Amino acid sequence: MSIKVTIDGKEVSARDGDNIIDVAAENGVYIPSLCYVKGKPCLGTCRTCSVKVNGNVMAACTIPVAEGMEIEVNEPEVTDMRKALVELLFSEGNHNCPSCEKSGRCELQATGYEVDMMVSRFPYRFTPRVVDHSSKTIFLQRDRCIFCQRCVDMIRDEKTGEKIFSIKGRGTHARIEIDTDLANEMSPQQVREASDLCPVGCIIDSTQGYDDPIGKRKFEVKTIRDRALERTHR
Amino acid sequence: MNDEIQTILSNYHSDRTRLMDMLWDVQLQQGYISDEAVSSLAKDLKISNDDVRETLTFYHFFHDKPFGKHKVYLCDTTIAKMSGYDEVRDALSNEIGTAFNSVDETSTFGLGDANCIGLSDQEPAMMVDNVVFTKLTPNKVKDIISDLKSGKTAENIANPKNINSKELAYVENMVDANIKTESQVLFKANRDYKSILQTCLDKHIPEEVIEEITLANLRGRGGAGFPTGMKWKFGREAEGAEKYIICNADEGEPGTFKDRVLLSHSPKDVLLGMIAAAYAVGSRHGIIYLRAEYWYLKDFLQQQIQDFRDEGLLGKNILGSKLEFDIRIQMGAGAYVCGDETALIESCEGKRGTPRVKPPYPINQGYLGMPTSVNNVETLAAASYIIEKGGDWYEEMGTDDSTGTRLLSVSGDCENPGIYEIEWGTTLNEVLEMIGAKDAKAVQISGPAGDTLSVKLDGEREFCYSDLSCNGSLMVFNQSRDLLNVVRDFEKFFVEESCGICVPCRAGGVDLLHKMERFIDGRGCQQDIEEITTWSKLLKGTSRCGLGTAAPNPILATLEKFPEIYQEKLVEQKGPLLPSFDMDDALSAHELAYKKLTQEEA
Ligand SMILES: Cc1cc2nc3c(=O)[nH]c(=O)nc-3n(C[C@H](O)[C@H](O)[C@H](O)COP(=O)(O)O)c2cc1C
Ligand code: SF4
Ligand code: SF4
Ligand code: SF4
Ligand code: FES
Repeated sequence: MSIKVTIDGKEVSARDGDNIIDVAAENGVYIPSLCYVKGKPCLGTCRTCSVKVNGNVMAACTIPVAEGMEIEVNEPEVTDMRKALVELLFSEGNHNCPSCEKSGRCELQATGYEVDMMVSRFPYRFTPRVVDHSSKTIFLQRDRCIFCQRCVDMIRDEKTGEKIFSIKGRGTHARIEIDTDLANEMSPQQVREASDLCPVGCIIDSTQGYDDPIGKRKFEVKTIRDRALERTHR
Repeated sequence: MNDEIQTILSNYHSDRTRLMDMLWDVQLQQGYISDEAVSSLAKDLKISNDDVRETLTFYHFFHDKPFGKHKVYLCDTTIAKMSGYDEVRDALSNEIGTAFNSVDETSTFGLGDANCIGLSDQEPAMMVDNVVFTKLTPNKVKDIISDLKSGKTAENIANPKNINSKELAYVENMVDANIKTESQVLFKANRDYKSILQTCLDKHIPEEVIEEITLANLRGRGGAGFPTGMKWKFGREAEGAEKYIICNADEGEPGTFKDRVLLSHSPKDVLLGMIAAAYAVGSRHGIIYLRAEYWYLKDFLQQQIQDFRDEGLLGKNILGSKLEFDIRIQMGAGAYVCGDETALIESCEGKRGTPRVKPPYPINQGYLGMPTSVNNVETLAAASYIIEKGGDWYEEMGTDDSTGTRLLSVSGDCENPGIYEIEWGTTLNEVLEMIGAKDAKAVQISGPAGDTLSVKLDGEREFCYSDLSCNGSLMVFNQSRDLLNVVRDFEKFFVEESCGICVPCRAGGVDLLHKMERFIDGRGCQQDIEEITTWSKLLKGTSRCGLGTAAPNPILATLEKFPEIYQEKLVEQKGPLLPSFDMDDALSAHELAYKKLTQEEA
């Protein structure tokens, strides 16, 4: 069923039940996102897709559109909130882009550019995080993990359906664990899938280093914004 | 050892959703949950070891490493700190011979902190092996620890007369009820539950029960104040092969303990409320989610449920009707966030308590994906009176938007802490008078997640949903208390209890706490006030659940009501560097790191 909503004051039509990120993208409005994967159940962890809905701040990927909804994306206060959330992720983890395998292919880095981030307003925390090299297929570089939960929810052992990635602990101590035995059973394709799915350089395919030279990498060739908009422009 | 685990598994039919219960049973039998136990559970449940650990490592009271034969947790809330906590803490540490958050040399004691354990009216209080000791003094601590060392169990010490744990006397022997007011609605003695239910079932079809609750304008007492009639109506209309009624007895909000007292002194009111909900919604299964801190209520409650079964009020063909409904108790394991109804449901399913993304709401897709009505203990108790006396009767009490009564759990600086039943519409000053708070400066309502009131500015405000909406926690602070420390304790609480799944609360909460520490240390300047305000708004706006959105409340409320406590501590910025920047410290950090690295290399 088609309904009408407004995005930044402009009336657009949308399919009832589609989420705000998709509806906005179909209408050429980019909303940053770091955990949402189109077509998959929404994770609602990163909150960088926050927009105002009828005046209240909400995570766009978690909200289905409804008739008459007034959505504000490029409103100053909420735009700054999105930027602040990206900055929080940079200060919480340890991100040294020049030495990172994911640089140029990293969704966090690319989103940082999109929200005009220069430096984090939050104090950098430099928390030591343990790297997990125990599996043959994957290096888990936890310094860069943004705890989006994509790997936990979307990557399962192909035979048993068991979790390969899971959470340990809670709050600031929460971190991603990798089940070494199950990880060792992963096919090269599945390893690739996992490392591509990870928005940052945390899940590293142990057989893959820097494929492309600087300037030719994924988001350097085409920005994350253009990719997000293109994905939904059918 | 493995046999024990196999028995546990078969007791729960290897049902993964009962993982919480299995972990409790393993820990109670083996002292902690070893890697071996994890593997055995995982193998049988056909999940990965880390998946078991995902649940295990989330909860404060589960241990994956040995934590002593006796597990001692001292409650460290702000209220405890106003009641002789420091001396008790030192005494515990000395007597046991180990620091907090460690195990002593002989592995006899594990010593840890706990957030509010629901005994704010009798602090300092501690849990030892799921038994509680209240109104502690250094001497009392000394005796308890020496008894434990001599081989007595915590149970022996707390219950020397060996009262049966199924009896109220057992509970009363351990904790005080402290009910300070005459009953207006709740806590009526000698109710004839059978005839109340019989009349209700004879007189009303389910829709009419919902109508009475709606007429009464009963609103959820867990905090959000959602109209209960509407919730049950949605539940009735929702489609699902099964439907569930959950009683939220997680009561984790610091300062509340009214649900504990309802469950001990009016347990059957709560059960009757659940049966009414089941009838209204069309449910066959009920769960009481009981926080682990209330372990001493477990057997007693179980017996109350059994009484109802024996009398035909629970089970198949309830009182000869077609109604079928039964209740099980789900124990929590120490996680405030599990009070959030969706986190609670995850926990009931044997998982870590991550609040779900909403929508969908539990009333449409809750426990096991089925329509689930989660209701607070007090809401259910109140409902049991409404089905007896009618919506009209209830609606007469209170104000236009807030009908009936509300229980307050009162603690802090007053003469008579305890449980008070007030009619909605009572003013703050009236309450302060009632409880004997002579020198009150500030009142925290609804716990850290709620609001900070200034007695001077807010005294004439009324308790009601449109003004002082209160979840039952009321803590009083007198003129001598340092509110900045209180706020810092509250922020620490949110950091410790954050589930960690979303960015603003997990990462931002820590920054708010650090800022508070900066003010307290006298290193904050005007810029810090501005930053803490915008960062607070960030958490409020973007967090995924009520924990994160409420976390900045203590800061925002005190900045508004008591700006002077911040102003007094502010320092002027001189030159280009912020006062919080310590040049010596920054330089020494470099030196330290350099030393460490060169040492590592050598
Ligand atoms: C962090 C958090 C903690 C909560 N703790 C409790 C609690 O301990 N008890 C409770 O009844 N509701 C608690 N709630 C509210 C529940 O999510 C839910 O709204 C309530 O149980 C519904 O029952 P009611 O409608 O009867 O109030 C909490 C909510 C949040 C976000
Ligand atoms: S994960 Fe992304 S943001 Fe982090 S260091 Fe690598 S490229 Fe930079
Ligand atoms: S490892 Fe990658 S995919 Fe998994 S939670 Fe961390 S950032 Fe997300
Ligand atoms: S707000 Fe805090 S407790 Fe709630 S989901 Fe986010 S991290 Fe978890
Ligand atoms: S993209 Fe919406 S919360 Fe992450």
